[in-house]
Amino acid sequence: MSPRRGNGGRIDRTRTIRFTFDGRPMTGHAGDTLASALLAGGVSLFGRSFKYHRPRGLLSAGVEEPNALVTVLRGEVREPNIPATTTEIHDGFTAVSQNRFPSLDFDVGAVNGLAGPLISAGFYYKTFMGPVLGPLKGTRFWMICERFIRRAAGLGRAGLAPDTARYERMNAFCDVLVVGSGPAGLMAASTAADSGARVILAELEPRLGGSANWSAETIDGTPASEWSAEAVRDLAGRDNVRLLPRTTVWGYYDDNTIAALERVADHKPAPAKGEPRHRHWTIRSQKVVLATGAFERPLVFPGNDRPGVMLASAAERYAREFGVVTGDKAVLFVNNDGAYAAAAGLREAGGTIAAIVDMRAEISAEARAIAAAAGCEHLTGHAVVGTEGGKALSGVKVQRFDAATRRLSGEPRHLDADCLLVSGGWSPAIHLASQAGTAPRWDDGLQAFLPPAPTQAWLGAGAFNGRFSTAQALAEGISAGLTAAAGKGRPAVAPAVGNAAPFSEPAPVFEVPAKGKAFVDFQHDVTAEDVRLAHREGFVSVEHLKRYTTLGMATDQGKTSNVPGLAIMAETLGKPIPEVGTTRFRPPFAPVSIGALAAERFGDIKPERLTPMHDWHADNGATLYAAGLWLRPQIYGLSGETVDQAYVREARIVREAAGIVDVSTLGKIAVQGPDAAEFLDRVYTNMFSTLPVNKARYGLMLREDGFVMDDGTTWRLGEHDFLMTTTTANAGKVMQHLEYFLDVVWPDLRVHVTSVTDQWAGAAIGGPKAREILAACVTGTAVDNAAMPFMGIVKGDIAGAPVTICRLSFSGEMAFEVYCGAGHGTHVWEALIEAGKPYGLVPYGLEALGTLRIEKGHVTGAEIDGRTTAHDLHLDWMLSKKKPFIGSAMLGREGLVSDERLSLVGLIARDNRPLNGGAHVVDYPDEERPRYSLGHLTAACYSPALGKHIALALIRGGKARHGTRAYISDPLRKRFGEVEIVSHHFFDPEGTRLHG
Amino acid sequence: MLIPCPYCGPRDVSEFTYQGDAGRVRPDPASTDQAAWNAYVYDRTNPAGDHHEYWQHSGGCRSHLKVTRNTLSHRILDVAFARPSTAHASSRRQGPRP
Repeated sequence: MSPRRGNGGRIDRTRTIRFTFDGRPMTGHAGDTLASALLAGGVSLFGRSFKYHRPRGLLSAGVEEPNALVTVLRGEVREPNIPATTTEIHDGFTAVSQNRFPSLDFDVGAVNGLAGPLISAGFYYKTFMGPVLGPLKGTRFWMICERFIRRAAGLGRAGLAPDTARYERMNAFCDVLVVGSGPAGLMAASTAADSGARVILAELEPRLGGSANWSAETIDGTPASEWSAEAVRDLAGRDNVRLLPRTTVWGYYDDNTIAALERVADHKPAPAKGEPRHRHWTIRSQKVVLATGAFERPLVFPGNDRPGVMLASAAERYAREFGVVTGDKAVLFVNNDGAYAAAAGLREAGGTIAAIVDMRAEISAEARAIAAAAGCEHLTGHAVVGTEGGKALSGVKVQRFDAATRRLSGEPRHLDADCLLVSGGWSPAIHLASQAGTAPRWDDGLQAFLPPAPTQAWLGAGAFNGRFSTAQALAEGISAGLTAAAGKGRPAVAPAVGNAAPFSEPAPVFEVPAKGKAFVDFQHDVTAEDVRLAHREGFVSVEHLKRYTTLGMATDQGKTSNVPGLAIMAETLGKPIPEVGTTRFRPPFAPVSIGALAAERFGDIKPERLTPMHDWHADNGATLYAAGLWLRPQIYGLSGETVDQAYVREARIVREAAGIVDVSTLGKIAVQGPDAAEFLDRVYTNMFSTLPVNKARYGLMLREDGFVMDDGTTWRLGEHDFLMTTTTANAGKVMQHLEYFLDVVWPDLRVHVTSVTDQWAGAAIGGPKAREILAACVTGTAVDNAAMPFMGIVKGDIAGAPVTICRLSFSGEMAFEVYCGAGHGTHVWEALIEAGKPYGLVPYGLEALGTLRIEKGHVTGAEIDGRTTAHDLHLDWMLSKKKPFIGSAMLGREGLVSDERLSLVGLIARDNRPLNGGAHVVDYPDEERPRYSLGHLTAACYSPALGKHIALALIRGGKARHGTRAYISDPLRKRFGEVEIVSHHFFDPEGTRLHG
Repeated sequence: MLIPCPYCGPRDVSEFTYQGDAGRVRPDPASTDQAAWNAYVYDRTNPAGDHHEYWQHSGGCRSHLKVTRNTLSHRILDVAFARPSTAHASSRRQGPRP
């Protein structure tokens, strides 16, 4: 007889869905999960276990499922480790089972089961330590073994095909977020909504209603599922309520920030137009109502993992919600009254109960009545001590059991059975509360951890609070909804519950003391014996136990195994459970797709910064180069030119005629106010208060610890008005540095700092012809030596646009920096290019800029790397002795003035071959075994001025090595060669050229 | 984590830059007391509990704020402008939350 019977409420029998499992075509109905459809198709074997490859069936009907994990295939894309219980089928749906070879029915890995005693807790740590000596010693041996172990043990295999699905992120704000849509959640949401609150109701299942969907109870006089459907319709019609089905709230973060994952389109053959596959929600809510329900716990006894052993509530769910009967010879094994509802549910759907095995001697009249109605054998004071069968259950062994003394007595007896429904009590789903609360409280009556005291603004309701009856859930939902909405509405009267399900506190027994493999954590194959073994080996902390046995560390995060595991640990330690404590739940509550977390943020997500003259560069042959966020011209190559040829040509022309480079990327900060000069004196190592108006000065900045932070020129435009320039890379850092000192350290200084980097376009024009070019295009001011001495500043116009020009030089040539408003940038640049044509002016890029500065020995970020001092860079001359400045107190420390420090030198390749930045300098000519690094190269180029390959380097001893020889070693790029150590001032050390 | 900026209102922590311990005392600039400078630059108490620290609202008004934050719960107990003379200076004290 087909397992599909009865009138399951959720599925639509008029619609047949065709899908494939392990290559077999199967059918189900609309509304089926993969689990319910396979169960209806007679499938009992869903997967193989992690370590022992034991056959496993369905344990649950929900998100807590440890066994029935499958890999879902969408085209080439594989998604492993998806619980069959939370996956909805659709036409064309395809899934395969996992962790089996060659097939689920015949798995060679099952031989591991025979080696059981060897593969116990801490097996990896003990077995793969490797010999103490020899080539395979220690971890090396482990690394070899690991490859094979990873293949044999483990879960699904990830695919290599790129995920083509689209994901998106969403932010939402509300007054009340309700998590869970069972009777408690529905009541909380509607009560809060009645008060006018903006409400979001999130439910991880596709269908809202929670336990009302599979309950035999009535609410307000109608079947529970009809009551909940009506409540959902009512909520859906309200403007202040947003319903989020298929949405798992998985993280509870600071200030009531909630993370949730909505599976928008997994239940459809393809997403609708514009729909993402998953949507990640960040929800900020004033109050959160946690109505997340509870998880039923399995019992620990030998053979409790055999396919056919299932949680009682899951069987009830399959029967009432999906019309799938799990057995015609069902045996129940329970320690509480609640599970008797499953017997009723199974019978109503057309199944037959063979026996109810209850470990308690005394049970309620209500439970007795259900057993009597089922007409089955009722064994009180008994326990299941074993199961029989292979890939499906054929029978169980029962024995007399005293729950108080936990002793078995008498002889085991066989019962025929095709499924065994177990219930070990309920654990409230306190995961989110644990993330946003203190340690949970143990309740001895319920044998469960109850929610902790909140550290954030949440309230609980219903089974989450350990209030397991529907009437309590409804009442708590109302009260939580009202409190969360700040009590603006009138308290509703809770609807009456009829035909209430039985409930009792469970007997405090988690494990049946019989011989055989009894599993605690099904997904990670952790047995009760593993827990005891860990204790014998000295693990007494619950945190250590967890890590050593890996209990609760699989993808299900121990939703069904944490409490039984802890109970066994406590018993082993001889301590009560609350003294042993529990581990804290961490996000995520359930696995989250990485795609949804990334959403649109993949590939190159950095913004690009473009200078005002960017289009001109692009139109005039520039190869653009990403320097931080900026796109800057690297070279302006002529056709057929290599990068090397281009920069050498550009740099040569700068020294022979003139070149122009875009310097708009330099950080520019307006420093203004009556105390601006005083402020700069404190910030820079050298004096700025003595700088005359319309002059600029090169300045050096240190950090508080005495290391160099940045350098640049600062221009005095007025008595109280300075324009500071910084290196491109440090613009933001320097700005923050200045703001910090003004806000925090010297709030008395009357100074304003404003970032004006984007307001000014800058062009540096340098070379023997630079002054003539300026003279040809600048109006309103003279540019001769009298008007513009070195470091002098003038204001004038170029082609009608106002410009500020400062005579300063990075290239070592006679050079000027021309600044204008950013909007005039291209206009002024083009005018300069035009004026320069008769003089042979060329635009040059970053490579030539670098070459010119290396020839001059000027430092940049490669040398100012956060580890160098002014002394290291031979900039001691800039350290004022007349005043304190940031870093002045710390720069004289012993370690910062030692002769052993790396300091700046120049290198010339003796073999006339290119040098590489990052190569090491060694003093021993052994290419195979380079050793004793003296330091490293910071920047290298071919110098057209010298006709040699040169580099700057930071090496030990520095100046003392001038004139000596060493070797550069760069094994990664296979470069070794002799170099000569020289002064970093390669070219024109007297600076005659820049003075014209 | 939300930081209630006295100028911009409560804003997400991602808009702010941590600017260090607000408990350290900068020696007199002319001081050559190496121990005092060393303590200022390097020594931090790293308490498990209330901590005074500077945060710059770098993605907003760019003010430096002196924040009292509980390092265990991330609860913000007090926020004020670091610069006492700021025109909008005010201190938003937050009561304990439920």
